[in-house]
Amino acid sequence: MLGFVIQRLMQAAAVMLVMSALVFIGVYAIGNPIDVLISPDADQHTRAEVIARFGLDRPLWEQYATFLGRLLQGDMGRSFVFGMPVLSLILSRLPATLELTLLAVISATLIGVPLGMYAGYKPHSPVSKAIMALSVLGFSVPTFWVGILLIFGFAVQLGILPAGGRGQTVNVLGVGWSFLTLDGLKHLALPAFNLSLFKMSMMIRLSRAGTREIMLSDTVKFARAAGLSERVILGRHVLKLISIPIVTVFGLELGSTLAFAVVTETIFSWPGVGKLIIDSISTLDRPVMVAYLVLVAFLFIIINLSVDLVYATLDPRLRKGRG
Amino acid sequence: MTAPVLAVDDLATHFFTRAGVAKAVDGVSFAIQRGEVLGLVGESGSGKSVTGFSLLGLIDPPGRIVRGSVKLGGEDMVGLSRERLRALRGKRIAMIFQDPMMTLNPVLSIAQQMTLAVHAHEKVSQAEARERAIRALIRVGIPAAARRIDDYPHQFSGGMRQRVAIAMALLHGPDVIVADEPTTALDVSIQAQILTEMRELARETGAALIWISHDLATVSSLADRIAVMYAGRIVEEGPTARVLRDPRHPYTRGLLGALPSRAVPGQALPQIPGATPSLLRLPPGCPFSPRCPNADDACRTEPPRATEGARAWRCHHPVMERAA
Ligand SMILES: Nc1ncnc2c1ncn2[C@@H]1O[C@H](COP(=O)(O)OP(=O)(O)O)[C@@H](O)[C@H]1O
Ligand SMILES: [Mg+2]
Repeated sequence: MLGFVIQRLMQAAAVMLVMSALVFIGVYAIGNPIDVLISPDADQHTRAEVIARFGLDRPLWEQYATFLGRLLQGDMGRSFVFGMPVLSLILSRLPATLELTLLAVISATLIGVPLGMYAGYKPHSPVSKAIMALSVLGFSVPTFWVGILLIFGFAVQLGILPAGGRGQTVNVLGVGWSFLTLDGLKHLALPAFNLSLFKMSMMIRLSRAGTREIMLSDTVKFARAAGLSERVILGRHVLKLISIPIVTVFGLELGSTLAFAVVTETIFSWPGVGKLIIDSISTLDRPVMVAYLVLVAFLFIIINLSVDLVYATLDPRLRKGRG
Repeated sequence: MTAPVLAVDDLATHFFTRAGVAKAVDGVSFAIQRGEVLGLVGESGSGKSVTGFSLLGLIDPPGRIVRGSVKLGGEDMVGLSRERLRALRGKRIAMIFQDPMMTLNPVLSIAQQMTLAVHAHEKVSQAEARERAIRALIRVGIPAAARRIDDYPHQFSGGMRQRVAIAMALLHGPDVIVADEPTTALDVSIQAQILTEMRELARETGAALIWISHDLATVSSLADRIAVMYAGRIVEEGPTARVLRDPRHPYTRGLLGALPSRAVPGQALPQIPGATPSLLRLPPGCPFSPRCPNADDACRTEPPRATEGARAWRCHHPVMERAA
């Protein structure tokens, strides 16, 4: 197991190196931030001085080397726009996205998997057909449109849930969290639901397909022949067997949602990292973009690694050192 | 003669498919005593597995038991509630299947699977369930059972895996064990071992054993009695030695002629001409008639069940010569 982890960590380091270079070059290509940084009426001298201060007069490879050198010391640079260290800027926004994403992905799993298992267990019942219709809807309706409908229905028409913002927050570990207050939870409800609909549909499909297939297998026949109840068969045999694809999708969704919850965050004015990256692209805030994308790559690597470790605990066949 | 532990009467299980009604089991009757081994033989597709599943009430749609009774210790299992059936399965009638690689759950340890099977019928502590499982594993000859019980199916060899499945079937000391080709997926050398051990275990526990196989040779070395299936019916049944020595049904005779042990050296094995009929388009009357050397017009009608002492057959023109 230790060898496996070390091997994966070395792979991760290589991936990070390649990713950081790609990101750096890509962001460099987007546009020159000089015009954003320096007011048009600044004189030639100030201009040159600012450019030199940000190191923008150096060749690309040298800028990258400097960036990489600082990165290795944990310094991701300062935002051109906010003037504060990029890392603390991103970290200050992260909790908002984190709680929104976790709530969305976890509730999508906790609701989607049982629904999908039911639909796979009783494929011909009307309830299962309704569940599948729901999942088709969740797949095909665009997120922004659902978001607008939710705001219109629950905030404007019914007036029972707020349309945006984080509401009241509580400080834990130096940052504010909404999910700890009732008002915060109310603010979380709509965006989290909006974000979870697609994921829930995916979880439904995944668990339905898995359950259908496994219910026909000899494993289930044998369990039935031993007198196990249907509840135990579903809860112990089937759930464990379908958990591997579910964990995969859970990890992927968690990563991609943390990184790209942009649409929902924008619609519900949720001050998370998704909104931060959109803003930094429009202001060409290079350090923020680069740091953000590098962090996202790092996040994906961590999640993939955890998913692999969870696999090994779920599926004994993947464990090394068999007896 | 004591009352049989299991009595099947005119059992019929049909599958209502789009292509038509497949009469996979159609009028099967037999009875079995405690400690007895009944071999159920027939070509692939003759309805042996469906018979086995019907005995446990494990037929899923589009299949259904349409007729007959399965009396287990006097109680008819046909038409019982789901919960009552579940309570009998694994407790009084157990079943093991062909391929233990497919039947055991690959992601649960043997201990987890066996304790689930214990708890399906008895409310005992986790420790006690585990103890019971270990004892069952020891009985079927798993070495170092107390340690191996925490292993997963893939860590066992094919023969050991099937022993684990047998141990699970024996957990509650069932009255009847249905073994559906349990050695077909195994190496020949291990087949014979498992065969002998199964018979011993059945004798010890007093369970009746229904051994399903497409291989007449395997069954004949093990079974007290043999029932030969063809197209969903039992066409001949009786004590193993007598059926082998003196088959009455032309189909049984054909099967015996095709056994390698009876081959004349240098000659090809005689095969039964023709192919197994489709269950959807069975001929009227005797289903074997299109392939039968003795067939005539009488065979267009359903043959009656003829009996002679402990044996029975369904044929208008039984073979009556004595072979030995
Ligand atoms: N689920 C099913 N749906 C439709 N027909 C089935 C099904 N299961 C079995 N049958 C029919 O029953 C016949 C007998 O099957 P089976 O009992 O498995 O034969 P075997 O003697 O080889 O064990 C098959 O040939 C098939 O026509
Ligand atoms: Mg079969």
